[in-house]
Parts: sequence; C-alpha cells; structure tokens
Amino acid sequence: MNNILIHAQNITKRFGETVAVNDLSLQVRAGEIYGLVGPDGAGKTTTMRLLCGAMRPECGAISVGGHSMLEDPDRAREQIGYLSQKFSLYEELTVLENIRFFAEVRGIPRGEWHARAMEILEFVGLAEFIDRRAGQLSGGMKQKLGLASALIHRPRVLLLDEPTGGVDPVTRQDFWQLIIKLVAPSPPSHLPVGEGSPERSAGQGEGGVSVLVSTPYMDEAVRCTYVGFMKDGRLVVEDKPKVLRERLAGRILEVRGAPLMRLRRAAEGLDGIESVQTFGDRLHLRVQAGTSGAVMANLTGAAHQAGAEISSIKEVHPGLEDVFIALLEE
Amino acid sequence: METVIQTQDLTKKFGDFTAVDGVTFEVRAGEVLGYLGPNGSGKTTTIRMLLGLLRPSAGSATVLGYDILTQPEPIRSRVGYMSQKFALYDELTVRENLEFYAGVYGVRERGHIENTQARLGLSEMTRERVSDLPVGWRQRLALATAIVHGPRLLFLDEPTSGVDPTARRDFWDLIYEFVEEGVTAFVTTHYMDEAEYCGRVGIMSAGKLLAMDSPSGLKRDHLPGLAWDVISVGTLERQDGLTSDASSLPELILRLENCPGVLRAGLAGDHLRAITTDNVTADDLRKALNAGALQIQPAEATLEDVFLALALG
Repeated sequence: MNNILIHAQNITKRFGETVAVNDLSLQVRAGEIYGLVGPDGAGKTTTMRLLCGAMRPECGAISVGGHSMLEDPDRAREQIGYLSQKFSLYEELTVLENIRFFAEVRGIPRGEWHARAMEILEFVGLAEFIDRRAGQLSGGMKQKLGLASALIHRPRVLLLDEPTGGVDPVTRQDFWQLIIKLVAPSPPSHLPVGEGSPERSAGQGEGGVSVLVSTPYMDEAVRCTYVGFMKDGRLVVEDKPKVLRERLAGRILEVRGAPLMRLRRAAEGLDGIESVQTFGDRLHLRVQAGTSGAVMANLTGAAHQAGAEISSIKEVHPGLEDVFIALLEE
Repeated sequence: METVIQTQDLTKKFGDFTAVDGVTFEVRAGEVLGYLGPNGSGKTTTIRMLLGLLRPSAGSATVLGYDILTQPEPIRSRVGYMSQKFALYDELTVRENLEFYAGVYGVRERGHIENTQARLGLSEMTRERVSDLPVGWRQRLALATAIVHGPRLLFLDEPTSGVDPTARRDFWDLIYEFVEEGVTAFVTTHYMDEAEYCGRVGIMSAGKLLAMDSPSGLKRDHLPGLAWDVISVGTLERQDGLTSDASSLPELILRLENCPGVLRAGLAGDHLRAITTDNVTADDLRKALNAGALQIQPAEATLEDVFLALALG
C-alpha cells in the first residue's frame, strides 16, 4: 500500500469559457497535511469540490482513499470528511441532534452512532454542550461542530476549505491542534479507541488521516507538510514550506525606520530592488540575488535624501508570504 | 489633536443578546485605528451605530463633532463607508457604480470620478461590469465608492475579508496613502497580522472592548510574561526513523503546558510558542520538553498573543 490517500491526476474543469482548474495533479499521503494557497479565484474551492466528488472534471482522474471517484464514487465519498467556511448546521437542533443527523446520513448503524458521537464531541471539546441548540453556539464552537460532523464516519481524508476564516484565535488554535492530532502516525493515548481493532481512532488505520486544507493564513500554510500554490487554475509550485522559503534565501531584507512611507519610496528607487512591501511597522525588500550587500549600503544614503532615518536593516529568513508575493509578481 | 470619534459606554442589545457592551474610546485625526476581533464580536454593530444607522440601547457617541442620535445625516454625508459586502451593483460597470455613488453624495465636479479611478488604478477597468471583476478589483472599487466624495474619515468594515494576502497588502498601502494626506481610518478586521499595521488597536471580544493602545503598548501592558519560540527540527516532516513520540507536536504541547510557569502553549507557524511567567528560563522549558534537538529562544510577542491573553483571562 503506497499510502496515497488523495490523488488528482491532470484534472481540468471549465465553467463556460473559464478554465477554473487547469491540468492539476497532486497527491497527499496518510499523515500529511497539504496546504493549498493562492489568490482568490485561483481555483482552490473548485479543486476541493472536484476532489469531494461534488462535481466532475472534464478530464483527468481522481481517487480518494484508494477508490476512483469516477468509477466508484460512493466508496470514494465514504472516505471523505468535508468542511468549508460556509457549512450548514441545523440551528434549531442541539449539538447532539446535529451529529446524529450527520451520522445517519452517513449510514452509521443505530447502535453505534451515540458512542461514536460522544467520542468525537469529546475530541473537539463539545461534550459538555450536547444539549445546546446549534444556533446558540459561538462561531468557534460552530466550527468545531462542523469538524465533528465531518469526522463522524471516521474518514481517512479531510478536505477543509478555509475552515478557520474569521474564527477567533482561540478556536483557530484549538482547531489546528485537533488537525495535527488526526494526522499523527499513531493514535495519541488520550484519544479514545473505538471498538474492534486497536488501531481504530479518530483517524483510522495505520498512518493517520490525510488532510488537504486551503487557507489564507500564512502561519497555517507554513506548518503543513507540503504547500501548493495555485494561480489561474494551475498548481504553479508545490513543495515543503522550508524548501519554498529557501528559494528566496539571502534575498529578503527587513528595514525599520521612520517615516516608513518615505523610507519605502527611497527603497523603491534603488538598483537591485524587485519589490518593497510594508509589513506593519517595517518593510520587506526583495532584492535580486547577490545584491543584498549593495542595497544595504545604498539604502542609508537614499533614506537620508528622502528625509527618513533607518533604525535597523538586516537580512531575514524569507517567510511564505514573501515567496507568494514573488510568485504572484512573476 | 482633533478628536474625530468619541464614544461613551456605547451599548447595543438585541433582545437578550448584548452585541456591544459599554464601549468607550476616542479616535484622533489622522490615526489608523484598528478594531480587532473575531466574527460576532460587535465590530460591525459598533460601526452601524457610529454611522447613525442603528440606535444604541445605551451610551452616546459623536462623530466629527456630530451626535449620532440627533445628527446622523451630517455624519453620513461626511464620512466614507466601505462595507464588508462591498455594496456594489453587479450589473453596472465600474464607472457607473462610481457615478451612482458620486450622485448620492452630491459630487458635481466632472473630473472627480476620473481622479478617483486613477487614484485606485481602476481607469482601465472603467467599462468592466462588476460581476466580471475578480474580488481584488471589486474591493478597490468598493474603496473608490467610499472615497469619491473626499471624506476626512473612513469607516472600513472588514475591507480585506475574502481577499488573498498579497491583495490585502496592496490594499493597506492604499489606505496609508490616504492617511498620509490626513484622512482618518477606522478599520475593523479579524486578521491579527493586519492589526499590526494600525497606529492603535482596539481588541473586541464578545461585545466588550478589552483594550485599546498601539500594538507595542498592548504587547507591553497585556502580555502576562515572556514569549518563547520552541523550534523542533522535523516534527511535521515525514522522516523515516522518527519513532519516538517526543517528535509529535501534540505531545510537545502537552509537556509545555505541564511545565511550571507556562501560561499557554500552542502552535505558532511551523513551530511552538509558549507564554510563561517572567522567572522561566530556556533551560526550564528544555527540561520539561525532554525531547532532544530543540531550539528554544525568546520570541517577539504578537497581537495574537495579546488577544489570547486577554480573551482567556
């Protein structure tokens, strides 16, 4: 078993004249978190919907959990838990009633759903709120209920479409801690184990769950096993976050000083500068390879001429955002 | 320094639910005031009251010197408002949307629309229908409609929601250009990193204004102790031979949480962060973690750390 749980091979999807997903291929193995990033309209949501089997590609192949979405869609869909920012809960039903609904939709036998529901609600931290109406939950708790609903049938694959958008930092933190527990290679001892085989847990089988998550947050993308950057329907680049960041090694300078806007204009005029971005109270300069020394030397003078003072200038390790800005400007 | 917004115990209840709970603050001319909090914390409701669109249940406020209760019309004609949903006419073109809003604000000068378009890089898009524009351009147009009448005060309600990080960055550059010209910006956001761009930040949670200060002031006054980065090599990478469960992030977080003096531990980017009391050292953390190759170093606090410290009490 080669453990590839999500496999897209040259998939393409058009909406009229627009090619929303263009010849895209990706693979996610058990225990991996694949982060999908890119500007709006790049095709991330369409890709997720194709992988879910919610729509069919014009061409290409998709398999999930080892089953072909084209030939065996029911088995393939059984393997998937899906959560998006706009998921629906039944506001009038309680937390437990919502889970029961999703359990029954997923065909979990009557005798099993309750134990499984409590296990999963315990896992996400909602066990104390089983009788609360879903409509009365905070935004973060709703998100956790959404995650629980997506996990009820022990899927081996999780497709998460911007699941933490707008959610409070506490929930965002909790949510990600749950995700990393799910992909862990062996079930952590404090997660209850289901009946039957000892490997069964929130993520079943050896090797943990596969997660494909799209996110606008760079601090989430950087902790993924792999990051894929989409632009105009294509997967433009894909690699481990560390490797992506190394692409710009030596080419990102951080400059602090005041007034920042004048400093920025001074920097924009210099030779060797490819891009200047304001990051809060500092600037990130992307320079051509090998020019960082010269830029640092010239910037002080340029700053003075513009009526600005530099308080610090140094090379910094490139962040994922620096990498994506460079990719988008290509 | 002129005060452009002043609120006193501003409160709004919807039945049993308190959306805004006794909020008091001031915004000064030329500031970029960030109003930071998750969805549902009361940010939009606050703006609606300040625009005179919603009556407060209690408390008072003035905007540009006008009372929100008795003088809402002068407020609305003098401020720019960019709503979260952009409020654009999908079937109209860029130009037609601007003409519509210019008309609403009574802007008569001919060149004004062209100038606004040029300012925001929209000139080439002038004949495009809004429904054909990608979201980043719609965002710019929404900003254009908010400034077409040259207001000195801008209310921007989650202006970068749903827009990718690079477009967000460009948008903030635009805001700063206006601020340099003397415009005051009141911006709500749920992105902690964006709040770092603001001169002062108000932190909202569940209707309450927990604190308001510059980002560095907030970090100085509201962080309970020290921040540490714990960088463990190869924890999320798949490497054969890593069998010890000490390499698993959840286990490491648990060990940090159990270490005396650690107030909070969690994920931060691709490593871990711990907030500890002042007396904790790197060695204390290393001993508690007991996990081999680790880099432990003092970290720069972020607004997210402040938010978590305030929200978790």
